Amino acid sequence: MNFAVLQFPASNCDQDAVHVLRTVLGHSARLVWHKEHSLGDADAVVVPGGFSYGDYLRTGAIARFSPVMQALQNFAANGGPVLGICNGFQILCEAGLLPGALIRNRSLQFRCEHVFLKTVTAESPFTNRIPNDKLLCVPIAHGEGCYFADEPTLERLKAQNQVLWRYVNAQGETSDQANPNGSLDHIAGICNERRNVAGLMPHPERASESILGCADGRLIFESLIHALENKQVARAA
Amino acid sequence: MCPNITSPGGPGDPVIFEMKAKIIVTPKKAVLDPQGKTVQNALEHMGYTGIGAVHVGKYLEIELNGADKETARKQIDEACHKFLSNPVIEDYRLEIE
Repeated sequence: MNFAVLQFPASNCDQDAVHVLRTVLGHSARLVWHKEHSLGDADAVVVPGGFSYGDYLRTGAIARFSPVMQALQNFAANGGPVLGICNGFQILCEAGLLPGALIRNRSLQFRCEHVFLKTVTAESPFTNRIPNDKLLCVPIAHGEGCYFADEPTLERLKAQNQVLWRYVNAQGETSDQANPNGSLDHIAGICNERRNVAGLMPHPERASESILGCADGRLIFESLIHALENKQVARAA
Repeated sequence: MCPNITSPGGPGDPVIFEMKAKIIVTPKKAVLDPQGKTVQNALEHMGYTGIGAVHVGKYLEIELNGADKETARKQIDEACHKFLSNPVIEDYRLEIE
């Protein structure tokens, strides 16, 4: 498969994403600079983590107007799969590709630690290979990861099974202690209504090799590859 | 001075901006505002009395040129909605002077 990994000024997880897709999973991955107007022959797009534009104004607020974002809007509108990680999630929310917003952590602290994620549904191109009872151990590293959406949006997300991951403790239970940023309903990641665009605050690309202490993040990329190979998502290019 | 911005009067002359947009962006009431809450707690710990909820927002000033105030307001209002604030989590107030 051909992956495009977007690169904004101050993206800093772009190379990690390319490494996992190329070296760990054996697929083709190309960095696409934010000033480009085309995603080329990409089958899927990763919007990586970082601090695009220094997080000025709001996280993701400036990146969302980069030229490449129009190509991304078209790609997503054609059903192409898009995964936003951390700052990538923030950018997708600012761009209106995902509902809601990420705001300052409730603790006001930048949180950098491993968390456990419970996958809420396997019915998405991003979760289809994750076993039902498997908790994912992946790191977070963010100051603005508190997921917020108004009440009707939140209800719609739940009703349409768009919550993909929740923060839980090692026993798989949600609790205030296990919620690192105060996200509403313990939400760590969501997808859009069409289920081809997803975002999450934790970093699966930093947990895709056992040498790094944890390889659970791989399951998310493997799900996406599985969905592409089985044509469960459109190849929009 | 930025060398690329010049007035119609000729290169090198400073640009005179006739108007100024003043924008206050605040978190919506329904949105968690841990910064506001922390400032409120600090004020109370310092001994200030009668302190209620605190909301921490942003203030932006934009120098402007244009045909008239109404056109400028329309333009900046659109920018506030699209870019300078996020309607999901923030409200804004706009004044043109």
